[in-house]
Amino acid sequence: MLDISKLLDEIKSSPYREITVTAQHTGKIAFAEIETGARVRGPQGQWKEMPGTKLCTLERERNPKPVYAPENGEICRIHRELDGRFVEAGSPLVVLRHKLTRDEVQRIILQKTLYLFPAPERAKYYFTPEADKKIRASDARSVTVRNGMELFIMSRMKREVPLNYTGPDGVIYEVYFKYNKNLDVGAPLVGICPPEHLRAIQTLVMRVQTEWTET
Amino acid sequence: MDNNIEKYLQNLRDRLTYITDIFAGKHSDSAALLEEKLSAFSARARSGNCEDEYAELSTVEGLVAYVERRLEKTLTPMDCVRVVRHPQRICLRDILENVYDNFTEVGGQDEHSLDPGMLIARAIITRRRGKKTYMQSVMVIGQEKGHGAEYRNGGSVKPWGNAKALQYMSVAETEGIPIHAYVFTPGSYPVEDYPGAAQQIAKNIYNMAGLRVPVIAVISEGGSGGAEAIGLADRRLMLSHGYYSVISPEGAAAIEGRLRNGERATPELIERCAANLKMLAEDNLKFGYVDRIIQEPPLGARPWHFDFFRSLRQEVIRATDEVVISTRKMPILRGLALARHRNPENDVDSLHIRWGLSGAAKTRLVRRRQQKFLRLSRQAARDRRPFLTKTATAFFDWISKPWVVFKYDFYHKHQRRISTLMEEVSNEIDMLKYRLLTPWRKLSRRLPGRVDNKAKELTALSSWQEDSRSRRWNYISPRYKTDRTLTCPNSESYGCLDLWGPDLFAEFAGVCSHCGYHFPMEPEWYVNNVFDAGSVFEFNSEIEAGNPLDYPGFSALVAQAKKKTGAKSGCMTFEARIDNIKMVVVMLMGTFRGGSVGAAEGYKFVEAAARAAKKRYPLLAYVHGTAGIRIQEGTHGVIQMPRCTVAVRRYIEAGGLYMVLYDTNSFAGPVASFLGCSPYQFAVRSSNIGFAGPGVIKETTGMDIPPKYHRSYRALSRGHIQGIWDRRQIRANVKQALLTIGGRNLYYR
Repeated sequence: MLDISKLLDEIKSSPYREITVTAQHTGKIAFAEIETGARVRGPQGQWKEMPGTKLCTLERERNPKPVYAPENGEICRIHRELDGRFVEAGSPLVVLRHKLTRDEVQRIILQKTLYLFPAPERAKYYFTPEADKKIRASDARSVTVRNGMELFIMSRMKREVPLNYTGPDGVIYEVYFKYNKNLDVGAPLVGICPPEHLRAIQTLVMRVQTEWTET
Repeated sequence: MDNNIEKYLQNLRDRLTYITDIFAGKHSDSAALLEEKLSAFSARARSGNCEDEYAELSTVEGLVAYVERRLEKTLTPMDCVRVVRHPQRICLRDILENVYDNFTEVGGQDEHSLDPGMLIARAIITRRRGKKTYMQSVMVIGQEKGHGAEYRNGGSVKPWGNAKALQYMSVAETEGIPIHAYVFTPGSYPVEDYPGAAQQIAKNIYNMAGLRVPVIAVISEGGSGGAEAIGLADRRLMLSHGYYSVISPEGAAAIEGRLRNGERATPELIERCAANLKMLAEDNLKFGYVDRIIQEPPLGARPWHFDFFRSLRQEVIRATDEVVISTRKMPILRGLALARHRNPENDVDSLHIRWGLSGAAKTRLVRRRQQKFLRLSRQAARDRRPFLTKTATAFFDWISKPWVVFKYDFYHKHQRRISTLMEEVSNEIDMLKYRLLTPWRKLSRRLPGRVDNKAKELTALSSWQEDSRSRRWNYISPRYKTDRTLTCPNSESYGCLDLWGPDLFAEFAGVCSHCGYHFPMEPEWYVNNVFDAGSVFEFNSEIEAGNPLDYPGFSALVAQAKKKTGAKSGCMTFEARIDNIKMVVVMLMGTFRGGSVGAAEGYKFVEAAARAAKKRYPLLAYVHGTAGIRIQEGTHGVIQMPRCTVAVRRYIEAGGLYMVLYDTNSFAGPVASFLGCSPYQFAVRSSNIGFAGPGVIKETTGMDIPPKYHRSYRALSRGHIQGIWDRRQIRANVKQALLTIGGRNLYYR
């Protein structure tokens, strides 16, 4: 049985992800005006088109290249000893502490609890008419799947091939494909969870949505 | 207080609000005085203390009118901008109701329209001569501001609205009725969705340059491209409180003050920019860009100024009559009729002129319109050619005309017959020569030391000879001397490795060897590498960009640009060859004030098109970069849009092949006119093409623009351009395009 509180407490006890910003190639480092403990911003904008806070400049062959913060967070370490020195590729420059967002937490939980069935090819995917009827009548969670069941139709260049589900038995918790949209190979099609875990997962997600505070 | 008094009072209150709004805080003492008088009268009328309400009301009204007359003299250019933007300002529907005798909207109704900002109607004008009544139809096209109705977008027309206008212009042309265009726009709505703001305006201008019906434009708010989309007319009238400008004063202030990310300019700076742009009716009349000013009542016309509508009616009818009369062939009859019509005392409602034109008259009409636009703004460019050069050029033009006519209109037509005849004649001569020289040949064959080169050439082994273009490029960017590496902007997404400058700017021709991103190169690179070495012959280089509006501080900037680039304007015109195919090239250089187009650049473009037409060469517009129309030249700049498009139309109609090649960034006015109207537009990879930049789009429409919105591939997908070329292949591609599109003679028809 899934222990909701334990899983959530586990994430709550360390709600951070440490990101080490490293030098992508050799070069001379000049740190920007940043301090340990200061907050930095990751890429912003609707398309993440605006770069984040500048952390340092990496210069090689008179080509200064700014290094930006990849995520929102707090600076917990700056390798000041490297300032003005020539570093090797992969040298750690700055360590950021990024607090997990609500979506990230949700994703972690679902990754741990769900079985994600991947798309075998780049194609458009549909449910078989029977499954589709059931989903339309109530919702996806009413469909129980079992190993070897014919669940999808894979449509590629107008050629339609039935696709069997392989994996543990359970109910469809999440559908990741959209009508008439192509999906890349390996992208998850559906997330399956055992029926007895369904309620627990729903409660967990609800708790994350309500209790998780983002700063 | 009876309802009439209430109504009058409301009207006076509206007039007071109007005064307060258009002066934006200035003359507050006058406004306060009027407010006090109005409130006092209102209180007295409500309490029933007035002896004669109408007499007192008339006194208050007289006072309001007096204040309006007094304040009229203090109007500044920015006040005029507020006048035309005010919701109480007359709009096109008011004009349709009050100027025309009847009308039917044909381009949609209210918000149920493809674009409610563009209003199109068939209208009727009734005139009486004696007892006879004449009904004359016109097509009325114009932007509708709708007294501030939100769905009208303030008269900012979307590309499909302009397309609709063009559609009904051709309807009018088919039906042979005049077009009355009313310009009430702050500018076009800058979206790139098909048909695309710039490309559609270009199409409109191109088609208007050849419309075979009289076109009259009345300008109230003439905001740059949006105004030009319907403004190319035989007669341009302007309302006395209107403005006609290349950019809004706020936009000019944002550029002047170098503001970014939605920062606001100070009111003083905006006011100063409005004055510097010289965009009022008198200024435009002085420059010759409008033909007449229609006087409005003090502080501008509002829907209740019925006298104004009457004079507007007289003026548009008079203008239409004049255009029709001016197409008459007999000079005496034309002069008499024009004199009669120009007399302001004559009531044009009682004069009748048929507005239908014969085929020949239509041709004369179009020719006159084109010539009128070609003549404009010449004085605004500084032509530094010495007097002797100018005279010699003009003289050469004059004497070469018969030769050109002989060569292309006679010789080329009868070329086959002439060449057959010439071949026969030369065969006979050869045979005669052979017979005459046979004894001498027999003698000389026996002389020693004679080597038969032909035999050697045919029998010896061929040897590899070094290609004349062994060093791939004739010119390499001076940046190759800098010993540094550069990062490709696509390195994040494609993982491009750093590029070493000496490689990138020399051998690689500024192209990322991993993803093909094109770093911008200098204009000289193209001049030297695309065309045959030594074939470039520049002309009209003495025509210089200046500061025709005496815009403060701009002369120094122009001088600085001249010093930096060594060029005298942002446009270089030259004749060149590619593998012996001759052509005239117009190059807009992004290095000179961002490649902006002003009077000098327009002048050179028009001259180049005329030269290409005369010499029967293809015309290539190579746009190294253009930021748009040069705002510091005001309407001298914006008039280049119709003017150069007219030149292009004349060239294409004479049978020429006009091709455009975009590089780096090409935006705004030029793309929305003489570049966008070309049927063959190509772009170099990594170039950006569009109407307005992302900042302007965000500010005007409130939409966020995705990255790479203006990239050439997007433009290609939208159908704005016809192909994308690699920089290293330009030479081969231009040649290929000239040979395939231009055909055997490189000059159609």
